[in-house]
Amino acid sequence: MEGNTAWLLISAALVLLMTPGLAFFYGGMVRSKSVLNMLMMCFGAMGLIGVLWVIYGYSMTYGSDVAGLLGNPFDMLGLSGLMTPEGDPTAGTVDVAFQAMFAIITVALISGAVADRMKFGSWMIFGGLWATIVYFPVAHWVWGDGGWIGELGALDFAGGTAVHINAGAAALGLVLVLGKRVGWPREPMKPHNLPYVMLGAGLLWFGWFGFNAGSAYAADGVAGIAFINTVTATSAAMLGWLLLERIRDGKPTSLGAASGVVAGLVAITPACAYVDTWGALSIGAIAGVLCALAVGLKYRFGYDDSLDVVGVHLVGGLVGTLMLGFVATTSVAPDGTDGLFYGGDVALLGKQAISALAVMVYSGIIAAILGLIIKAINGGRVTREEEINGIDEAEHAESAYDFAGGRGGRAASADSGVAGNAKKLEETKS
Amino acid sequence: MKLITAIVKPFTLDDVRSALEQLGVLGMTVSEVQGYGRQKGHTEVYRGAEYAVDFVAKLKVEVVTDDANVDKVIDAVVSAAHTGKIGDGKVWVTSVDTVIRVRTGERGADAL
Repeated sequence: MEGNTAWLLISAALVLLMTPGLAFFYGGMVRSKSVLNMLMMCFGAMGLIGVLWVIYGYSMTYGSDVAGLLGNPFDMLGLSGLMTPEGDPTAGTVDVAFQAMFAIITVALISGAVADRMKFGSWMIFGGLWATIVYFPVAHWVWGDGGWIGELGALDFAGGTAVHINAGAAALGLVLVLGKRVGWPREPMKPHNLPYVMLGAGLLWFGWFGFNAGSAYAADGVAGIAFINTVTATSAAMLGWLLLERIRDGKPTSLGAASGVVAGLVAITPACAYVDTWGALSIGAIAGVLCALAVGLKYRFGYDDSLDVVGVHLVGGLVGTLMLGFVATTSVAPDGTDGLFYGGDVALLGKQAISALAVMVYSGIIAAILGLIIKAINGGRVTREEEINGIDEAEHAESAYDFAGGRGGRAASADSGVAGNAKKLEETKS
Repeated sequence: MKLITAIVKPFTLDDVRSALEQLGVLGMTVSEVQGYGRQKGHTEVYRGAEYAVDFVAKLKVEVVTDDANVDKVIDAVVSAAHTGKIGDGKVWVTSVDTVIRVRTGERGADAL
């Protein structure tokens, strides 16, 4: 038990690190005038969901089942009954900690779609409402005792439906309501710092070992399978994305490598403990190629999903979730189900499709409705002028980079800030 | 006195600088600039979306010199920056009324 507890504690910390990693993965992709807002949307999710999770989120996900749809939020309100040193912590406090990180990153994932334009306050309101109405119940559907997707027998080891399809569909619903950025798609909106993107992808991959192998809830062979498949599929996906770029565009790009890594990680998430090496390789390669193609869909259909949350997380999540219907094998997971290619029948594929579709539709529709409500209250986005000048200045009163140290800053008033401190010092002396 | 302004390819800066040094030119100002002339920009691709980057990175070298040295300086810059390929840049000359050295207050040619 101690070994399992230790591994789950470490995994929880690894998964927490994914959100700052995601912040930099996204932050490098936006223009330099919006990078702080991008980081802040991710960090904002850490603060907000961290609080909601311990108050009622955990209970809504893992509390006693209500009609297969959600856990009772009052069961463990404020973690009541859990804050005890007795019992198995991987079913108590450590489980709370580990799953908190999943809730945080799922909300943070959505933020990439609304980069450059959504008011910070509106984002925080959206994040809190979406987590409450969508993430907590959907995580219960998949992982809670009595949740209907789990009962159905659909497979989702670490969050293909609950995390990635869920966040990707929400991103689509939200951007359809929120609208395009000023100038999209005519103006170039190229990434301002690709090394950040690569660094972020690296941190995500590192943290993802906690996400996937930690989901074994034990330091055992299942964790080992999940861990190696998290290498296998991710590597294959990066190669797939780069190969497509090399053939289609002529050059393999660093943004393509980073994106391929994330696409592979997303796709293997639901499948990491249920597939063999060939299954993981094919899931990764297909996800790498399909996601690289899917990020172009926004130009065809005209929705401005700024950083391709739909193309990478929704599509990648669908690839992993649906491919389980073909390549799941009981040779790897004796308690699982065989997919079509391993002697199983079509039932598993059907269950996978039903769970994917249900999460996609529910999350997308609720996200759009929440977006409409927020838009009705305060517009949901910064003004056109603020957006062009940069959302960092408008929403946070900061700028990310100051390369010209001597550009003439001064205190804004004689009584505050630098000048105010100098004045106080003078007064103390005299 | 004349101000000689040269827009050159960044990789030629070392050659331009040493050619001017050999002429006894004692100072210059260099800035990173972007623009285009006959040479068009290039294309960048991000997640499959192509962006035409119209402006090409160049260096602007500025030297103020005596009227007597103008032709020598021009020749030195042009030959050092020349590759014969499109995008080698431009050099132009403008008249300068006076120059003041801030440290000493010297004016005119003495300040060069």
